[in-house]
Formats: sequence, C-alpha cells, structure tokens
Amino acid sequence: MSLTNGPHGRPYAKLASRMFALFCAGATWLCVTILMLLLWNVVSYGWDSLSWEYINRFPSRFAEKAGIKPALVGSLYLIGLTALFSVPIGVGTAIYLEEYAPKNRWRTIVQINIANLAGVPSIVYGILGLGLFVRAMQLNRSLMAGALTLTLVVLPIVILAAQESLRAVPSTIRQASYALGATRWQTVWCQLLPAALPGIMTGVILALSRALGEAAPLVAIGAATYVRFLPEDIVNDEFTALPLQIYTWTDQPQKGFHEVAAAGIVVLLVVLICINALAVILRYRFSKNKQ
Amino acid sequence: MSETGSTNFPLKMSTALPNRAAMSSAAEMAGQSKKVVTRELDFFYGIHQALYNISLDIPEHRVTALIGPSGCGKSTFLRCLNRMNDMIDGINVRGEVLLDGINIYHRGTDVVELRKRVGMVFQKSNPFPKSIYENVAYGPRVAGVRQRSVLDEMVEKCLRQSALWDEVQNRLNDSALQLSGGQQQRLCIARALATSPEVLLMDEPASALDPKSTAAIEELIFDLKATYTIVIVTHNMQQAARVSDQTAFFYEGHLIEVGATNEIFTNPLEKQTEDYITGRFG
Repeated sequence: MSLTNGPHGRPYAKLASRMFALFCAGATWLCVTILMLLLWNVVSYGWDSLSWEYINRFPSRFAEKAGIKPALVGSLYLIGLTALFSVPIGVGTAIYLEEYAPKNRWRTIVQINIANLAGVPSIVYGILGLGLFVRAMQLNRSLMAGALTLTLVVLPIVILAAQESLRAVPSTIRQASYALGATRWQTVWCQLLPAALPGIMTGVILALSRALGEAAPLVAIGAATYVRFLPEDIVNDEFTALPLQIYTWTDQPQKGFHEVAAAGIVVLLVVLICINALAVILRYRFSKNKQ
Repeated sequence: MSETGSTNFPLKMSTALPNRAAMSSAAEMAGQSKKVVTRELDFFYGIHQALYNISLDIPEHRVTALIGPSGCGKSTFLRCLNRMNDMIDGINVRGEVLLDGINIYHRGTDVVELRKRVGMVFQKSNPFPKSIYENVAYGPRVAGVRQRSVLDEMVEKCLRQSALWDEVQNRLNDSALQLSGGQQQRLCIARALATSPEVLLMDEPASALDPKSTAAIEELIFDLKATYTIVIVTHNMQQAARVSDQTAFFYEGHLIEVGATNEIFTNPLEKQTEDYITGRFG
C-alpha cells in the first residue's frame, strides 16, 4: 500500500472529509454573521439613546426622557433572588437523584418529568405563578412572585446540569471515599460537590441567563411595565424587568421608543456578558485550585 | 485462551476443598489466628451467581493472594470483605464473612466502621483531585480528627510506610494528580493506611504500573504484612509467588484450591490449578 492516494484508495473519502469540514466551518460562520448583524443593528439603532442618564432615569411618556433604571434594578434583583431559590433546591434535587434515590421506576418517572419540564414553554410557568404565587400566596405582583416564577422556569435546567456534572465525577472517586470509611454525606460534601462545582456553576449561569431574558412569565403574572420608583420591599412593591420594559417600548407606535428599546437591549446584553464573564472567572479559579 | 482451556478438561467443581491443602494450610498457619473467615459465601449479581460456596480462612499478618482468570470472582470476593459490593444495585449475599469472629453481613453492622478497619487499594490509582497532604489526611478527617498536629504526624507516618515520603515531603501541598502512576498508587496505599486498618485489600494494585514501580509496591507489601493482614488480587503469577504466604485459586466463581503459596505453585493438587499456573489457560 502506498501512502499516496493510489487507485486502490478511496478517492472520495478525502473529498467528503474536506466537504464536511467546510460545511461545519460554514455553519459556524453563518451563526456568527447573523449574530453580528443583529448586534450591529441593535447597537446602531440604540446608540444615540445610550447614556449615563438613560441608565439612571425612570421611564417616561416621552421617549427622549425615558430611562431604564427601574427595569435594570428589577432584573438584578430578580436574578439574584432566582439564584438564591433555584441553586439550593436544584442542586439538592440533583444530589438526591444521583446519590441517594434508589434506581427504581419512581426515580425514572421523576427523571423523565424533569427533562420534560425543561421543555415546557415559560408562559405556562407564568400562568402557574399567577395562580400560585400572586393569588394563592398573595405575593401580588412583587419581585418575590416574579423570582419564584422564574425559579420554576429555570429549576429543570439547574437540576439537569447539576446531575450531569455529578455523573461526570469518576466513580473511582466515590469508591475511594467510601472505602476510606466516609459516610455518604462526607463523600458528597468533600468529594463530589467540589469536583462537580465548575459544571454546576456553568449550568446555573446558563439558567440565570435564561431567567434574565424571560419576558413571557413576567407578563403572565402581571408585572408592571411603567414603574417610577425602585423596588424597596420585595414582597409588596411592584417591579419591572429589562425584557418586559424592552417589550413594552417596542410595542409603542413612536419611533423614539424603538430607539430606547434598542438601547435597553444593549444594556441587557451587557448584563448577560458580565454574568458570563463572572462564570468564566469563577470556573477558572476553581479548576486552578484543583490541579 | 480460556475457551480452549475450559474444553481441555472437564470442569470438576469440588465443593469440598482438597484434603492436603486444608491440612497443610492448617499446619502452616498453626498458631496463626484467623483474621477474616468466610463461610459458605454465595454472591449474586441479580440472578447471575458470581461466587459459589466460598469458605476461606485469611490468617492474620500474612499475605493472601487470590489468583484466577478474568471473571472468576476473585475481585467480587475481595469486595465482599469490606462490603464495597453494597454500592451495586441488585446484589445478594448468602453465607457469612467473619472479621475477628463477627459476621460483617449481620444486620446491625456499621459499614462505615467496617471500612475503616478493612482498607482497600484499587486497581487503577484513584487519588482525589486534591493535594498530596489532603489525600492522606482524608481518612482521619472523615473519622473526626481535627487537630493539625495529629494529622501532620499521621500523614508523615503513612507516607513513610508507603515509601513515598522522601519523594514528596517538600511538595505535600501539590496536587496528587501531578505524581507519576507508581507514586499515585503508593499515595493510595498511604491513604488507605491512614485510617489505621487491620486488613488491607488490594485489587491488582500493580497491574497498571511499570516493572520498577511494581517492584516498589511488592517490597511495600512485604514490609506491611508485619502490621496488617493483606489480601491481594493479582493476575501476575510471579507476583503471587513472590509476595504471598497463602494462595487461593478461583475459577468460575468456585474456590478450587487454597494452600501455602510454595505448595500451590510447586505441587498443586488440582489439575485446573496446575493448568492455570503453568499458563495453559487463563
């Protein structure tokens, strides 16, 4: 057999390989290009409205005076509270399902349900939140009700991500720990959680990014769209959030509001990038400690 | 190999052990107290029976080697001795495993306590992704030792025992994952020693190592038997002959023969044992 492509070789294999590589590269560039166009469009549209005053102002009937402050603060509150609720519940559930629950039919049913819940449209959670948190628990249209509703939206994502990263911890680590006379709690706390932490954090950040961008469930629970104060009491005050504010502005007939909305999108994107950057930094620090 | 081997001779699975082996074993180990004793041990993975009626005495402060072809049940047997098989779903154990005369499969057994007394070293070295120090200190820590000076002392003692101290004493806080394969395995041994076990189970501890590291581990086993009772699973006949005092040959879930190592290797009673040792199958 010669190493050059002789008559006995597979002449199309090389071509197919090259075509496939081209296809993959093309797909990547298509995504990047579309994203760039979108970004360019939004930034150029909203650039003139962006200013420190815009960020530091309350909404207004006049587009040129409208600001995003309450929505920005509301969104930060929302993701903070959502993280507070969803991380312990989500990670706890994942630990139970992976480390404690007997592998029986009951566990399979729960598992399938969680996977399905991850695909349920968020408006459905919004309606549930309206009935459960706003009405039954009488939390009204508060930050609390919003955060709990968003917790429902992101919980399946957090659980699945945490389960995935717990499963990725080599079973040899578990065995070594148990063989040294560690209890299940000690094994989970001292070995599995630290090893799974980077993966869990990635999942949590992804989930929070989703929570940050959700408008539908907030619409469903009736969150306000025109708020002229900052929320001080998280269970009583009304609130609004970035996606909701953007959505309302784009719905206005005046062109000025569309520009303000574009500026809002830029603010939303910046917050997202900050969260993701934080995730990368934390991940890096944790995996550096490990090596 | 094993297929031709099993057709070469009819399977003769005697449930009673050959007389001479039992006798000579008794003579050899006279005055030697039995640390671990199994009585008519059956083991099932679901409906598949992996061990049949195993009765084996493991003398204190001796090295017992378990040999046999892959899948013969020797690792399963080893894991019965510290109940590591409990982690697998759908297993079933019948019979008794006595540690100092007390059945560890008795219902009230504290498995956590048992595993502190019966340590284990695995085939593939599996250090925690932590520092060398923290690896060794983990056992005492989970047992409740908090005092730094006690931990320091423990870590040094165990690393010396496993002949690793000289190589790592200046980098105890480095990650254990930076050590070489042989060093990692010795670290795992040090880690197992740190719970002050009475019995040390080793599941092919040198199978993934180069000859030099293997020699280091074997020397270590020789030194350790003064303090610990050791049970070692090995695929390596020479290794079994070199390190062990007693050898047990397993085949298809049955204990075929057990006796003093020199007798098993020079004058086995069972043809299956002889065939396996001389490399005719397995």
